[in-house]
Amino acid sequence: MARMNMIEAIRDAMDTAMGVDKRVVVFGEDVGYYGGVFRCTQGLQKKYGKSRVFDTPINESGIIGVAIGMAAYGLRPVAEIQFADYVYPGYDQIVSEAARLRHRSAGDFSAPLVVRMPCGGGIHGGQTHSQSPEALFTHVAGLKTVIPSNPSDAKGMLIAAIEDDDPVIYFEPKRLYNGPFDGHHDQPLTSWRNHPLGEVPDGHHRVALGEAALRSEGDDITLLVYGTLVHVALAAVRELGIAADVLDLRSLIPLDLEAIVRSVKKTGRCVIAHEATLTSGFGAELSALVQEHCFWHLEAPIERVTGWDTPYPHAQEWYYFPGPERLKKAIRHVLDATPAKQS
Amino acid sequence: MDRRRIKPVEALSLHVPEPLVRPGDKPDFSHVDIPEPGKARRPPENCTAMDIRDLARGVVRVLDGNRAVGEWAQDTDLDTCVKGLRAMIKVRAYDERMLLAQRQGKTSFYMQCKGEEAIAVGQRLALQPGDMCFPTYRQQGLLIAQDYPLLEMICQIFSNSHDTLRGRQLPVLYSSKEYGFFSLSGNLGTQFVQAVGWAMASAIEGNDRIASGWIGEGSTAESDFHSALVFASVYKPPVILNVVNNQWAISSFQGVSGGESITFAERAHGYGIPSLRVDGNDFLAVYAVSRWAEQRARANLGPTLIEWLTYRVGPHSTSDDPSQYRPKEESEAWPLGHPIERLKNYLIAQGRWSEEQHEQTVAELQQEVLDATRKAETYGTLDDGPMPSATDMFEGVYKEMPDHLKRQRQKLGV
Repeated sequence: MARMNMIEAIRDAMDTAMGVDKRVVVFGEDVGYYGGVFRCTQGLQKKYGKSRVFDTPINESGIIGVAIGMAAYGLRPVAEIQFADYVYPGYDQIVSEAARLRHRSAGDFSAPLVVRMPCGGGIHGGQTHSQSPEALFTHVAGLKTVIPSNPSDAKGMLIAAIEDDDPVIYFEPKRLYNGPFDGHHDQPLTSWRNHPLGEVPDGHHRVALGEAALRSEGDDITLLVYGTLVHVALAAVRELGIAADVLDLRSLIPLDLEAIVRSVKKTGRCVIAHEATLTSGFGAELSALVQEHCFWHLEAPIERVTGWDTPYPHAQEWYYFPGPERLKKAIRHVLDATPAKQS
Repeated sequence: MDRRRIKPVEALSLHVPEPLVRPGDKPDFSHVDIPEPGKARRPPENCTAMDIRDLARGVVRVLDGNRAVGEWAQDTDLDTCVKGLRAMIKVRAYDERMLLAQRQGKTSFYMQCKGEEAIAVGQRLALQPGDMCFPTYRQQGLLIAQDYPLLEMICQIFSNSHDTLRGRQLPVLYSSKEYGFFSLSGNLGTQFVQAVGWAMASAIEGNDRIASGWIGEGSTAESDFHSALVFASVYKPPVILNVVNNQWAISSFQGVSGGESITFAERAHGYGIPSLRVDGNDFLAVYAVSRWAEQRARANLGPTLIEWLTYRVGPHSTSDDPSQYRPKEESEAWPLGHPIERLKNYLIAQGRWSEEQHEQTVAELQQEVLDATRKAETYGTLDDGPMPSATDMFEGVYKEMPDHLKRQRQKLGV
C-alpha cells in the first residue's frame, strides 16, 4: 500500500501496465517529455522510452484514429485527451470506428484502447475545461464508460481498462485529483493523504469494470452518484444526519444494475446526481431503470440533481455545480414526500 | 491617394466549382494535362518531398501503346503482368455478376470498380503477406489479387447464413485480417489515419510490416485526411497513402473536392511527404510506383502519397444514376483508356498473351464466379434467406455480452 493522490494513482496504473505488458503505449498532447498538463504521465517517457510514451500533434481525431490502428495491430494504446471538452474532433473515430470494429468485422478486428480524459468543473475552467460528456459515450453501443471517484479505484480501474479487450472511455474528475472535494468550495480541500481510499494497493491492482461500490449504508434513501458527486453526496448525508445508501456507480457501461435495484428496493427512495447537464444525461437512464425495476417499491418520485442545461459558466460556476445544498434540498424533498402530502 | 494596385469589385461573388460539361454536352477532358508515357523520372527511394515536387504535377506513365517505356518500365516483369491481368479480369467478372445479382434482388446494394481495376490489383501484388491495407469500398481487387475465396465474398454480399460478417455489414464492406484487408467502415476517410496508426505500431514494435491506406479524391476533403498526413509527417511511419482520383464523388466532380487549384498529390507537399501522380489505368505504372513506395516504407524512409489518376466508369453504387449529372459518353472519352484493355494489348505485343487466351480466360473466370455465386445461393440470399440469426445482432458488440444486452435479447425473444 502507498498513499497517493489521484494523479499519482493514475500514473502508477500506467507504470504498472507498461511494466508488465510491452504492448502498452501512452500518448497525447504534452504527455511525453513534459508528463501531461496534469502530470499524469510524468516520468513515464524517461522510464519506457520515446517510442512508447510520446507527444502528439493537437489533433484529437488523429490521436484516436492512430490509437485504433495501433489497437487493431495488437498494441494496447492509452490515449490522453487533454480535457474531455476537446474530445469532439475525435468523437467520430470513437463512435463510428472504435466502438463498432469488433461487431462489424465479426471479431476479425477489435480496438482495445483506452481514452483517458479529465472531466468536470469546479476549477474555474469555463465552458471548455469543465464538461462531463459521459452520456455522449454511454449512448454508443460497443463502448465501456467508467469514472473513478478516488485514487484506489483510479488505479484499479485504469489497469482493468487497459487490460480490457473493448474500447474504454476513462473519465478523470479533475476536481478530485488532489483531494475528495465535497462541493464545499469555500472550505479548504482535504487531502487524499487522510482518506482511506487514498491508500492504493501496490503492483497489479485491478478493480473490475461493472461493479458499483457502496460508500455509506442506510435505510432512508438511495443516492446514485459517480465521480465528484460521490463526495458531495457523502457530505450531504452527513450534514442531514440521515442513514443513506450512497452508491458509487464507478462504471456506467457496464452498469451494476443489481446493486442499484437491491438498494432502491430496500430504501424505496432515490435521488440521482451528476455534474453533467440534465436533459438526456445519464441520470435519465438511471431514473428510467429504477422505475422499470423498482416501481412497486418506490415511496416517492425519483429526483435528479445535476448541472443545468446551460454551457458550464465561468463566474457562475458554483451556481451551476450540483453542490451539497442542492443535493440536501432534493433529499429532504424525497424523504418528506408522501402520497397524502402530494395530493 | 489610393495605393491599391487592383480595384475592388462592386459586389463580391462566390466561386462555386462547376465541371466543364454536363449531360447532353460533348465530353471534355482538355483540362487534364496528360504527359507522354516514359517521361517521368524514377527518383532514388531516399528522396525528399521537395526533390520530387515535379512528380506530383506530372503523371507517371509506362505503357505507350504496346510498349513499356521510361525509367519505371523495368520494375514489372511479364509474369507479374499476367498475374495482374488475370486478377483484373476476375474482378471485372465478379463485379458484373454481383451487379446482376443485385438487379435480381439477391442483395440490396453493390459497388463496382469498373475502370479502376489496375490500382488495387497492382498495389496488392507489390505488397508482402502480413502488410495491412485499409481500403475503401472500391478495392475488391486487393482481395481478388490474392485469390481470396470468391464464395466468402459473395456470401457477404448476400448476407446469408455463411456470411462471415454475420449479416451485420452492408454488402462490399468486407473484412479479412488474414488477407491484410482491414474491416471496411463505410464512413469515408476515417480509415486513412488508422492506416497511419497501424504503421506506427509496426514501427514501435520494430516489425517489418507496412500499411497501405486508401481514400478517394472526394474524401480527401475530410479532416481525417489532414489528420493522417500530419501524423504521417510527424512520425514517418511505413505507410503508403493512396488517393484514388476517379474524378467523381457521387455527383460531385473533383473540383468540388479542391482539385481545381492543386493536384491531390501536391497536398502532401505541405506535410513534407514525397508524393507522385500516376496513371492509375496503367498496370505497369501502378505496380512500379507501388513497389517504389513499398521499398521506401520497408527501408524506414517513411510515408509516400500516391494520387492514382483514373475514371469511375460505373455509377457510384447501384443506388446512383450518373446520367443525371455527367455526359453518358464521358468514360469513353477518358484519355487514359481502360486498364484491362491496355495491359492485354501490351502482353499480346510481348508474345505472352493472345486474343484466344484472353477470351478463354474471361470465360473461365466468369464460370468460376458463376459457380461460386450458385454455391453461395445455396447458403441463402438477402431476399430469400436463410439469413444470419437475430441473436447474431447482439453478439460481438463487446467481447463478453453485458447484462443489459442479454436483457434486450431476451426481450426480443431470441
